[in-house]
Amino acid sequence: MSTAVAQNRGLGAAIWDYLTTVDHKKIAHLYLASGGFFFLIGGLEAMIIRIQLMKPGNDFISAGLYNEMITMHGTTMIFLAAMPIIFALMNAVVPLQIGARDVAFPFLNSLGFWLFLFGGIILNVSWFTGAPDAGWTNYAPLSTTSPGHGVDYYVMGLQISGAGTLIGGINFLVTIVNMRAPGMTFMRMPLFTWTVFVTSTLILFAFPALTVGLFLMMFDRMFGSAFFDIALGGNAVIWEHLFWIFGHPEVYILILPAFGAFSEIFSTFSKKRLFGYSAMVFATVLIGFLGFMVWAHHMFTVGLGPIANSIFAVATMAIAVPTGIKIFNWMFTMWGGSIRMTTSMLWSVAFIPTFTIGGMTGVMLAAAAADYQYHDTYFVVAHFHYVIVGGLVFGIFAALHYWWPKMFGRVLSEKLGKWTFWLFFIGFHLTFFIQHFLGLMGMPRRYWTFQDGQGLNTGNLISTAGAFLMAIGTIIFLINVIYVAVKGKQASGDPWDGRTLEWSIPSPPPHYNFKQTPLVRGLDPLWVEKSEGKKGMTPAEPLGDIHMPNPSILPFMMSLGLFIAGFGFIYQVDNKVWLALVFIGMGITFGSMLTRSLKDDIGHHIHKEDLEKGAGE
Amino acid sequence: MRGWMRKFRSLILFGALTLILSGCGVDNISALKPEGYGSDLIFDLMMISIAIMLFVFVIVMAIYTFVLIRYRQKKGQEDFIPKQTEGNKALEIIWTVIPIILLLVLAVPTVQATFDLADKSGQTDEDALTIEVTGNQYWWHFNYAGQEISTSQDLYIPTGERVYLDMKSSDVIHSFWVPSIAGKMDTNPGENVNTMYLEAYEEGVYWGQCAELCGPSHSLMDFKVIAVSPEKFDQWKEDMQNIDPEAQPETASAQEGQELFQNNCMSCHAIGSAAAGVGPNLSNFGNRTMIAGILDPTKENLVDWITNPDEIKPGNQMPADLVSEEEASKIADYLLQLDHSEVTPESAGGNSNEGNNE
Ligand code: HEM
Ligand SMILES: [Cu+2]
Repeated sequence: MSTAVAQNRGLGAAIWDYLTTVDHKKIAHLYLASGGFFFLIGGLEAMIIRIQLMKPGNDFISAGLYNEMITMHGTTMIFLAAMPIIFALMNAVVPLQIGARDVAFPFLNSLGFWLFLFGGIILNVSWFTGAPDAGWTNYAPLSTTSPGHGVDYYVMGLQISGAGTLIGGINFLVTIVNMRAPGMTFMRMPLFTWTVFVTSTLILFAFPALTVGLFLMMFDRMFGSAFFDIALGGNAVIWEHLFWIFGHPEVYILILPAFGAFSEIFSTFSKKRLFGYSAMVFATVLIGFLGFMVWAHHMFTVGLGPIANSIFAVATMAIAVPTGIKIFNWMFTMWGGSIRMTTSMLWSVAFIPTFTIGGMTGVMLAAAAADYQYHDTYFVVAHFHYVIVGGLVFGIFAALHYWWPKMFGRVLSEKLGKWTFWLFFIGFHLTFFIQHFLGLMGMPRRYWTFQDGQGLNTGNLISTAGAFLMAIGTIIFLINVIYVAVKGKQASGDPWDGRTLEWSIPSPPPHYNFKQTPLVRGLDPLWVEKSEGKKGMTPAEPLGDIHMPNPSILPFMMSLGLFIAGFGFIYQVDNKVWLALVFIGMGITFGSMLTRSLKDDIGHHIHKEDLEKGAGE
Repeated sequence: MRGWMRKFRSLILFGALTLILSGCGVDNISALKPEGYGSDLIFDLMMISIAIMLFVFVIVMAIYTFVLIRYRQKKGQEDFIPKQTEGNKALEIIWTVIPIILLLVLAVPTVQATFDLADKSGQTDEDALTIEVTGNQYWWHFNYAGQEISTSQDLYIPTGERVYLDMKSSDVIHSFWVPSIAGKMDTNPGENVNTMYLEAYEEGVYWGQCAELCGPSHSLMDFKVIAVSPEKFDQWKEDMQNIDPEAQPETASAQEGQELFQNNCMSCHAIGSAAAGVGPNLSNFGNRTMIAGILDPTKENLVDWITNPDEIKPGNQMPADLVSEEEASKIADYLLQLDHSEVTPESAGGNSNEGNNE
């Protein structure tokens, strides 16, 4: 869809178009826009945290508000910023990379998005009524006894958006298994698709643990059960297990697609095939598997005993091996290549030392006994920001600069891109490197303030200064986006001399993606064709009618219903009148589901003749 | 490329410089300046892991720098197509096996240290001292098992001995952390009692803090571990066991304060060997290093605290406006003269506020 067409049809039509779309490329835009928006909110919260910690004894914000800030910052960044942006990339890229016209379940794809968005909105509405304040980990009994409705918002918001994520994960799993173009065997899949495949599997197994935990928490807080209430025979540590059985794989759910993106970028901008492709695939699967085996390394100080701690320590260290394999393979992809330092390559190159540091501190943390010092200090804050920002956020920036032309038909400005990079990169290390030492010098995590005379002043000041640099870098990225949307030139289908299928079709792609399904004859299929002197892919089928799904407002309505019901659940504790909202909301949701079941919607066809004329592009 | 390298180098230089400037923290708080068995053991483990990690990092950075300098696309070579290598079995095996070996080198001392720090065998010893630690929003209670001694906030221990802690929480999860002499351990609510031990080498006042988010005043939940020689400790023990909660203070104001205290505060607080209530045990209060863990022990601060605790520690359980300011002043007079023991933090080598080398 080009913006010009949308304007012709008016703003209302464009909005309606996005509300009802089942096109994975437009859903990618929706995920990106909302994830980006939440990223800014999470960033703002981070800045407020850092301003508060600029100097000892500061009282820029109150202690209670501070706890709300860290809770919402963590929750927002993980669930509402990182996750959806990853989903944006998955949606934008995976069907194209495997030569598919769509995802397996377009309707569910849209449902997943709207559930995520409405869940995110619920969470942020809490700012107006009292936000959750028990940390993004929401440990019981602090969470179960937290006054007000903050934690209820956390529970409802995450439950709804979590359902969206689970749906999305299943969708991509089926898509990748079922919809690959002829000849695209598993061992010919681009690495980004591979990582999305493993990530989707992790989602399938990890999110149900969160769902269960949130349900138990919901019953404890809203319906008087006592799963986590010690006084009534409950157990508080169960929450920690459920949370981390979900929470640890979650980190890999986020990081693996970033690894995938880096793999594509290193290969493209070194003009080489990925070094050790099969080892990379193996390492990805292994990381995914081990990701499930190590959750208790978040709980070394809980008192599980030396046997459990030792087992989880060694299992955790094992993850460093496949991760190390990846780092070396990336470097050897560049080895002997012809490296072009574009902005997305710059982010990828910067990722290597940054992530290596994060990985190393990870191994240090895995040494259980040593974790008795590191745990819950700024050392951990430094470590996970090195991993999440240095891995994931760098990965997102790299991937966005790389696939922006495919998503929006415009190439981002390289000049502004490099400004963003340098400011963010320097700011990042300034902010977080020093925090390793703050932690070791005795600064616990989640501290609203620290006291003068503890040797923590300089480090905190430097850290805050760095955060401002990152913020400026991010603003320049926004300027870049707007500037390019207004002034940018139409990108070609293959602006980077790409290697995979998405670069064989126009930018942005027509809504049916491939006029004719391509025939895949090897790894990096487009490169294979190019190196034989061909311009594009050889089709696997003659030109024919294309079947496409119809747009539908139902996913939006189903999610809206749950959104309304969510408030009912939260406030019925105060007054049963609010149960009305539960019934109205669930009514809308079930009504929409019924409509969907009863109404035949077989989609539509794009006819061969129209394709020949180039319609729909 | 060269510009890029220069920026990177200056970044590292700047980082190193700031580190030197900020030192390694304050003696009695920093995990980098171990003063006890636990922190020492952990420090060694940390150093092993840092050495291994730096070794790996140097290798990665060497290859990395080489690749980036050597294989940048040169002007006029835009059409150059590199050889499409598939991989290299030998190399890949090398960078799988070497890390495994390195990790094993780290895993062995890790497991050893983990078991060492969980070793409770000495606790059955007759002379072994066990202290029951209870975390509360937002203060710490210490009950010396079998000794009829109860204190809050200030934990006196003898040097050179293992002191065992049996830890739990009365409300939410807290975490007990004294970086310079031991690691940390959570205190869980319920039956779930965790144990660890403290062993301080030298006399001193060591800073402790809560490390698990426990509510608004989480960051104000400090305590002190005061390590004194075994002789001084015995003296302290005796002094504490002989507290007479009813003892008459000397000044008239303090006497009035005593009565006010008994009428208004005893439902939550105690003096003497009583176990933990809703509020801290205030025995030996006059010798406390700090009021509420965070305020200097002056009368003015104490009056402030009594009249308006919520302003100082948001969310804490002590009610405001129990007594008038005037009454609070008398209560303060009473509490500040409660110096039940001659063994004080000063006799252990000073107040914990010192030692700032920033
Ligand atoms: C603008 C850059 C960022 C800055 C300056 C920043 C800063 C901070 C700070 C100061 C804390 C609180 C530490 C504490 O007291 O415990 C924190 C916590 C956290 N951050 Fe960030 N952060 C940034 C970006 C991110 C990103 C991109 C993510 C994830 C995608 C993230 C995830 C988290 C999480 C999960 C927590 C833990 C929250 C908790 O303890 O409950 N941060 N961050
Ligand atoms: Cu606490």
